[in-house]
Amino acid sequence: MDITVNILLTIATAATPLLIAAIGELVVERSGVLNLGVEGMMIMGAVGGFGAGYLTGSPWIGLLAAIAMGALFSLLFAVMTLSLATNQVATGLSLTLLGLGLSGMIGTSFVGQPGVRLPNLDIPGLSAIPVVGKLLFGQDPVFYISIVLTAAVMWFLFKTRTGLTLRSIGDSHTSAHALGIKVIRYRYLSVIFGGACAGLAGGHLSLVYTPQWVENMTAGRGWIALALVVFASWRPWRVLAGAYIFGAVWIGQLHAQAFGIPVPSQMLSSLPYLATVVVLVLISRNKRLTMMNTPASLGQPFVPDR
Amino acid sequence: MMRLELVKRPQRSALFSALSPFIAFALTIIAGAILFALLGVNPLTAFRIYFIEPISQVWQLHELAIKAAPLILIAVGLSVCYKANIWNIGAEGQFIFGAIFGSAIPVLFPQFEGPLVLPLMLLLGMVGGAAYAAIPAFLKTRFNTNEILTSLMLVYVAQLFLDWLVRGPWRDPQGHGFPQTIQFGDSAVLPELMPDAGRANWGFVFALVAAVLIWILMGRMLKGFEVRVLGSSPRAGRFAGFGLSRMVFFAFLLSGALAGLAGISEVSGAIGQLQPVISPGYGFTAIIVAFLGRLNPLGIIAAGLVLALTYLGGEAVQSALGISDKVARVFQGMLLFFVLGCDTLIHYRIRLIGLALTEQEGAAKLDAAPKLKEAR
Repeated sequence: MDITVNILLTIATAATPLLIAAIGELVVERSGVLNLGVEGMMIMGAVGGFGAGYLTGSPWIGLLAAIAMGALFSLLFAVMTLSLATNQVATGLSLTLLGLGLSGMIGTSFVGQPGVRLPNLDIPGLSAIPVVGKLLFGQDPVFYISIVLTAAVMWFLFKTRTGLTLRSIGDSHTSAHALGIKVIRYRYLSVIFGGACAGLAGGHLSLVYTPQWVENMTAGRGWIALALVVFASWRPWRVLAGAYIFGAVWIGQLHAQAFGIPVPSQMLSSLPYLATVVVLVLISRNKRLTMMNTPASLGQPFVPDR
Repeated sequence: MMRLELVKRPQRSALFSALSPFIAFALTIIAGAILFALLGVNPLTAFRIYFIEPISQVWQLHELAIKAAPLILIAVGLSVCYKANIWNIGAEGQFIFGAIFGSAIPVLFPQFEGPLVLPLMLLLGMVGGAAYAAIPAFLKTRFNTNEILTSLMLVYVAQLFLDWLVRGPWRDPQGHGFPQTIQFGDSAVLPELMPDAGRANWGFVFALVAAVLIWILMGRMLKGFEVRVLGSSPRAGRFAGFGLSRMVFFAFLLSGALAGLAGISEVSGAIGQLQPVISPGYGFTAIIVAFLGRLNPLGIIAAGLVLALTYLGGEAVQSALGISDKVARVFQGMLLFFVLGCDTLIHYRIRLIGLALTEQEGAAKLDAAPKLKEAR
């Protein structure tokens, strides 16, 4: 029983960064912007979070720094694509490349240093309940943030007027602009929100998942988060489901390696990436359904005429 | 409050089209100076070590050519993809598979020697790269799957596959357990161009030839026209009878083959055996090269040399100043950012609008209103 609970706990820990980064990107894409820089913002969040935590000794300050780092880094993307109307695919790619380089440079002195870890929640009494106690009341704080965040984004996008406006911008920025909606302002805020989420996801990696700094420690999770948004056809609760499926794949291959299954470890390590490809194929096979779900002006630059 | 406003130019500006890479490079230098100053290094000293010392002797120019060759080879292929609005960002994986396919001959048949070995290896390298690139192309055309994500995911798979090969079945049994294959035999090594002067090998010649061929293809042949039409207006392309699916395959196979050629050239030329890591991110840096070169094969040659210099400079400042060689990646990233930003100037004029001006405009409008009434 304990083993099952432990596996479920590790799956939740592996799924949390994917979930947070994907939820952030979902909002960005719903506003019609495609930010391929998730991996870059995430790794910047990871290095910023680790650095601030290591220097101050407080994992909470680390977490805040991770969020700020991701948001700040996404601002670069926002200025380029929204104010200068650059190609979003190319700019997002360059954000990732710059983030991987910059984080490596900032993190040079952090390599091998002991990090600080966010403490798990521990509610006297409740956390001690067998089985469900640990799952519900004994996880790391970011896990709870991720669940609340998903619910909040769901509510915001589909139950509030502002959310409706945001979605309308994603479907037709020209019409939204004609109605007097500040397209660029909404998009700026969405991109920064996405950046903050990616930063938080990175912070979770370096402050909870493996509390240390390792170069390229995001290992493609930012890209998987991007794939999750497509997989979820831009719906928050499906992102939640997808993130946990991927968390399970990630943990499953690690456990399989630990058990010494006679399959090369590299083959198991490539499972999450192969699974992403398979899932993308399955979900995009139906062309009409994909077209219907994709925000119609996704990835198109918008220059307001005045 | 100041804000930016983009005003569309009636036609693209030829001036800024030519100037933009240079402005971008200048801005990168300025940003780099700030970066070095922040790191506590005199920017002038740093720049001398970064940009001038690595290319001040002949043998160093050979090193530059070694680094530039894979960048140019990959980037000219990618430029065709990006011109057609097809986003192959998995060149790193295609590079690795080219290297693996081509290395099959010297690793599995070391006793096979002669003048045929090298051409066969290069051919196999191109086949390997193209075959690996065919996967995202097939998934895109058959299942409508986003090629950006699939081609990128396959990079991780390729890296792990290479890692498994050199630690497992292809490991040199006499290699004291080091994760590497046997050293390639003499006839499997890409010859050096001028062995007396430096290490540069035929890979650089391949790169120049490929760039010129692609330049002819894009500028002088129907296929190049097809690429450009489908890239800028898929609808117009359809009316002209150009097939989008065929184009996806063409672009992916071409860029995959060139990345594969770069991979096998690197392994058989500069390295001489397969190792767990055979590329310092050439496949990704080539994306920057392609854009810095304005997606023009001849521009890409120049851009490839510039980016190759950032690699050498990174190594130089690491050994001379103790700064992490990651500074090279930062330079490369910044360069791409500035290029993309400067490209905006080709299609738009940028107006800075202050609040005061807006008030003036408002006043002018108020003035105009009664006159309008009178006119009626």
